[in-house]
Amino acid sequence: MTALLEVEGLTKRFPGVLANDAVSFAVERGQIHALLGENGAGKSTLVKMIYGSMRPDAGAMRLEGQPYAPTDPGAARRAGVGLVFQHFSLFDALTVAENVALGLPPEEAGADLAERIRKVSAAYGLPLDPERRVGELSVGARQRVEIVRCLLQRPRLLIMDEPTSVLTPQEVGQLFRTLRQLRDEGVSILYISHKLDEIRELCEAATILRHGRVTGRCDPRSESARSLAEMMIGQELAATRPLSAAPGEVRLTVRGLSLAADRPFGTALRDISFDLRAGEILGVAGVAGNGQDEFVEALSGERRAQHEAIRLDGAPIGAFGPDRRRRLGLCVAPEERLGHAAVPDMSLTENAILTARRRARLASRGGVLRLGAAARFARAVVERFDVRTAGVEHAARSLSGGNLQKFVVGREIMQNPAVLVVAQPTWGVDAGAAAAIRQALRDMAEAGAAVLAVSQDLDELMEISTRFAVMAGGRLSAPRPMAELSVEEIGRMMGGTGGEVAHAEA
Amino acid sequence: MDLSVLNPAAIGAALIVAATPLLFAALGELVVEKSGVLNLGVEGMMIVGAIAGFAAAVETGSPLLGVVASAAAGATLSAVFAFFALILMANQVATGLALTMFGLGLAAMLGQPYSGMPAPEFPALSLPVLSDLPFFGRLLFSHDPLVYLSLALTAGTWLWLGRSRAGLILRAVGENHHAAHAIGYRVTAIRFAAVLFGGACAGLGGGYLALVQTPLWVEGMTAGRGWIALAIVVFASWRPWRALLGAYVFGGVTIVQLNLQALGVSIQSQYLSMTPYLATILVLVLISGERRRAAEAPACLGKPFRAEG
Ligand SMILES: Nc1ncnc2c1ncn2[C@@H]1O[C@H](COP(=O)(O)OP(=O)(O)OP(=O)(O)O)[C@@H](O)[C@H]1O
Ligand SMILES: [Mg+2]
Repeated sequence: MTALLEVEGLTKRFPGVLANDAVSFAVERGQIHALLGENGAGKSTLVKMIYGSMRPDAGAMRLEGQPYAPTDPGAARRAGVGLVFQHFSLFDALTVAENVALGLPPEEAGADLAERIRKVSAAYGLPLDPERRVGELSVGARQRVEIVRCLLQRPRLLIMDEPTSVLTPQEVGQLFRTLRQLRDEGVSILYISHKLDEIRELCEAATILRHGRVTGRCDPRSESARSLAEMMIGQELAATRPLSAAPGEVRLTVRGLSLAADRPFGTALRDISFDLRAGEILGVAGVAGNGQDEFVEALSGERRAQHEAIRLDGAPIGAFGPDRRRRLGLCVAPEERLGHAAVPDMSLTENAILTARRRARLASRGGVLRLGAAARFARAVVERFDVRTAGVEHAARSLSGGNLQKFVVGREIMQNPAVLVVAQPTWGVDAGAAAAIRQALRDMAEAGAAVLAVSQDLDELMEISTRFAVMAGGRLSAPRPMAELSVEEIGRMMGGTGGEVAHAEA
Repeated sequence: MDLSVLNPAAIGAALIVAATPLLFAALGELVVEKSGVLNLGVEGMMIVGAIAGFAAAVETGSPLLGVVASAAAGATLSAVFAFFALILMANQVATGLALTMFGLGLAAMLGQPYSGMPAPEFPALSLPVLSDLPFFGRLLFSHDPLVYLSLALTAGTWLWLGRSRAGLILRAVGENHHAAHAIGYRVTAIRFAAVLFGGACAGLGGGYLALVQTPLWVEGMTAGRGWIALAIVVFASWRPWRALLGAYVFGGVTIVQLNLQALGVSIQSQYLSMTPYLATILVLVLISGERRRAAEAPACLGKPFRAEG
């Protein structure tokens, strides 16, 4: 019996990079096949070619033994190939049902579509309301829209490009049940993720890419996460050092911060209070959509709060905007990298200027840009955080997802802020680079900065945080030292998410 | 002041006639903008439509052929825009402005021999009972077929955009062209088609002006109606029925101004001519304050699209 999908010598070249270099591999029927590789290894490029949204420069594919060369995604879908994109391909102004309809052939997008969406989302445990506008949904719910859109096409091959980066542990568990169910129904799955434990749990075969070339194949079930990571980056993984410095002065004080929700289905912040000291990393966990976005916006100054509610080194800053706060030493790296943290169509240099203009002196007092200095700054970020790009003059959009993430986090770190707030610092970043980002956050804290990390990745928070708090229903639990928390206790704190906070014993 | 010179049914009917060219042009531009393209050449396409329609009607003696010619001329001119803005990816604003200036010049040149000629009469609809109704017969049931076409077009555009799959795809392209491309829609081709439709509608609006409303050829006769149509699209927050409302409001302003002059009210006509523009600015200011409304603009409006890969 032939494999479901055979890929032979696929090659794709972009200006300055060979993204895929004669890649060959095969996905068997009913197999969950992992595609591994560090950021910029060429995984997304490869699956875009399989899905017909990019054409290979050379090479051939066969689907069930037949030559397969999709000229556009519609052709791929008709052949039974579905893709969940790494960067969502959704339309904010349209409803869930309309978004789904756009990905289906016309004869399938009939009047009963809303009903079928409800059915599929119930059958696979992916709750969705077809009438809601996508712009109002949380990141996790948007992902469910993409997944349901694929499932409705009853694909033979389902490709998932980092589907779990933004899901909560419960959602991941549910997704895995869904995927196993699909596999048992005979669907093949090509699965991209940087979460190696997930891959070991889920996948039966793996193909490893490095710099656009296949460098290995293995059965992930018989490897350790560490050995997989080392196969990916081709060298030994550095272990992270524990944080040694004792906490110092209070840098950031938040007292009674409350903010009404500013968008439909947003979460209001209620009476948030905490202190953030120099030399510590406060990890904020919580299920997505419990006010984390609003919290980060209130801290960054994108939304103004009561002036006295937020103090930096004792001085109130609640009514200041992002630019002024940054000048005073509070930098923020928000969650969504394309469009929020970075302007997709601007170059890396220009994106560097946008937030580092003052702190890194990338403009003169009169407002004239110092382009040479800006390019040097951008290059320094690229070098220190190992951002894979052909050059800082390239548009942010052209970077692979993880590489852009490294850039936007690195850009803030390199401004040496007194207080750094990061949201999902290693979203979609490969194991090696994630370790580097986490280490950079620790180094900052050790050098006397105060760090606040909002993340849905509990393992990450447990690894880097010195104190830990949970956000639920717009409230923040009282932060507790990480060292005195057991996994069960964290679970209990997370569990109180029904709108009430896990008890804050402060 | 002698109010007896005013006949409400006649004023209403005149209002509808004055609004119709605006409605055609606004509906066309609405579809164009929904696809994510900003074509500021409406004025140019209207006036070229006007002269093409007038000339064709005079030469052939058939007003119907005139109408067809005006739509074709508007579409042809918009194809030039689409080629520059969508294929060569020239700046849309600059290209649209150039189109307006080019259209005005071209129409003036082509129109020279037709100055002062009468146009063949456009037959008005005459329905056995309805047209003879008192008041409503004159107001609603004695118009030329194009008025009814414009109303049908409003309903059609509304249905098509909101209820049809093709309309959904068009909106998707205007909302997020990268996503639309990633799913497999041909962004440039869809936008090209939308621009052609917009051009045909603008041409039709111009044709109506020259063949029915005036009906004469006068150089520069569109007199800013293309710009008003653009404003109506924003005023309507990209919704066809509101575009109808907008067109009738602005049409009404024109008629009120004429009737005030007939009544001998001594406001300088220039002030009255300014009212549509002032109203537009006022409306835009009011709308932009509202967050929800501002978010109704197609997210990719005016952004060039380049397919990658
Ligand atoms: N449209 C494009 N134009 C230019 N270069 C591109 C383009 N798309 C991708 N690249 C480059 O091709 C390489 C591979 O990118 P790709 O997105 O496939 O990586 P990836 O393996 O998916 O990484 P990640 O895990 O970070 O998502 C990168 O160096 C990237 O910068
Ligand atoms: Mg990728």
